[in-house]
Amino acid sequence: MSVAVPTPTTTDRAGIDFPGILRAEWTKFRTVRSSIAALILLVVISVGFTGLVLALTVSQWDQVDDTQRLSIIADPTRTIIGAGFQLGQLAICVLGVLVISSEYATGTIRASLLAVPRRTPMLVAKALVFAVVVFVVSEIATFMAFFVGAAILHAKVAVSIGDPGVLGALIGAGLYGAMLGVFSIAIGAIVRHTAGGITGIIAFVLVLAPLAQLLPGTVGEHIHAYLPTVAGQLVVSAHQGADDLLTPWQGFAVFSLWTAALFLVANLMLKRRDA
Amino acid sequence: MTSAVTTPQVIEVRDLCKTYDDKLVIDHLSFTVEPGVVTGFLGPNGAGKSTTMRLIVGLDRPTGGEVTIGGRHYADLPRPLRVVGALLDAGATHPGRSAYHHLLYLAQTQGIPRTRANEVIELVGLSDVAHERAGSFSLGMGQRLGLAAALLGDPQVLILDEPVNGLDPDGIMWIRQLVIYLASQGRTILISSHLMSEMAATATQLVVIGRGRLIAACSTDDFIERASKRSVLVKTTDPIALSELITTAGGQVEPGDEGALIVRLLDAAHIGALAARSGVELHELTPQLASLEDAYMEQTHASTEFGGHRPNGVSPDLAASMPGATP
Repeated sequence: MSVAVPTPTTTDRAGIDFPGILRAEWTKFRTVRSSIAALILLVVISVGFTGLVLALTVSQWDQVDDTQRLSIIADPTRTIIGAGFQLGQLAICVLGVLVISSEYATGTIRASLLAVPRRTPMLVAKALVFAVVVFVVSEIATFMAFFVGAAILHAKVAVSIGDPGVLGALIGAGLYGAMLGVFSIAIGAIVRHTAGGITGIIAFVLVLAPLAQLLPGTVGEHIHAYLPTVAGQLVVSAHQGADDLLTPWQGFAVFSLWTAALFLVANLMLKRRDA
Repeated sequence: MTSAVTTPQVIEVRDLCKTYDDKLVIDHLSFTVEPGVVTGFLGPNGAGKSTTMRLIVGLDRPTGGEVTIGGRHYADLPRPLRVVGALLDAGATHPGRSAYHHLLYLAQTQGIPRTRANEVIELVGLSDVAHERAGSFSLGMGQRLGLAAALLGDPQVLILDEPVNGLDPDGIMWIRQLVIYLASQGRTILISSHLMSEMAATATQLVVIGRGRLIAACSTDDFIERASKRSVLVKTTDPIALSELITTAGGQVEPGDEGALIVRLLDAAHIGALAARSGVELHELTPQLASLEDAYMEQTHASTEFGGHRPNGVSPDLAASMPGATP
């Protein structure tokens, strides 16, 4: 058996190579099956449920109660995207937790941190890569869902991509998805266990909002409005709704602040804890 | 290659301490690992070898003290895999990712060309399975992949935690040759094992720890010498007469098993001559050389975490494979 050790041809010994770390995170992401599966699921669920829910809505139009009918008429874009994305976003949550928690589950985190012992560049690169991927796939899902949904809804309410605020809402859906991805990575990095992380993010996205709605009075309203995903999802509206405390972009800013705070905590814990 | 020879790197562990849940697992540990030789890192299971290695490469934060490699902390190395290669546990790969992709992403973080990934795959003998999911690998193949990752950056320093675990005899021979060859190029090599015999075959320097404390840091030869109690086992039909002869000639006698005598301070030839001259009948005359194993057993005896569970006379290799001995 030969024991000759060949030498790498590159001799550059400069500082940290952040583009290289980005490439590495992209390699990590694309080379496990769960990534691709979850992204396909995101598109299928978003488009499928938009079609299903809107087809039911249109066929039952006379039974739909007045307030709901009015809100659909007021902002059909929000209805169309929300119908599928409400469920599709769970794929982002699960995958976001997984991209970091699976490193802990499999021990890959040790190989990763040996390569990037400063740790922060690894977490930032991971979040950036995931955010870009989720943005692109969310946009694909959103535009597909919009055209499918608008065609179905056309029988009752006409909406076109040229209407005021519609294009902004569609782009906003991708931004919301990307931010939710980073939010999920932060939760995954803090919790470090797949099951715990997924439970945590689902609690934020699905459980907290209805709970906060139970709180009485304007305090409850404000708490509800400023919850991360409740605020964040406003960006998928063509314009501020009558009941909304925040404009679409104010909502997204609130969600961004939540995400930034959580990401800072995640980074601090990553740097301080034993791997 | 040239980098390894021209810039030798010394690992310096200074007053290192680590506590987990208020339990002191590394206790003011200091030693240095010099380039150009294979240094064996030895200790019973649970002695703190893996923890020390994790502290060296910054995976864990020391509670006290510090470790430097070539004068720098691991975290301060801009492209650490080009300086230090570490095999800490074979399981550090995603089971769904191929060996090639695992090495590819590591290479990308360090600006190492992707052709190098194929080179190390070939070097460790995984070419046939390079594109199969690492989850399908045996323990030995996982070790080879871990070794490939350690060698990826052609590092001057190699830190290998129990590298022969799960390898077949061919693989063990190959690793021994490899580390000796790499050390001969001036690289710094720290290789841990709880198996004394493994160290005897590769390491010329030893760092021995027990319960997180330093027991010995010296050459392998010195380690045996220090614990060596050269003696001769003698069986005779007339132990009383022979004992007298030996004591008179300046030897020490103590009773051994099955009526045998253990003689110190006299060599076998001397004892044989004494017996022949006095007509004492000898049935056995065997020089007893302390093995590395004996030396190791003796020096780590007091510090074996699981010493209470180990039956007398069982070697650490055997004791380590017993259920009670695994942490």
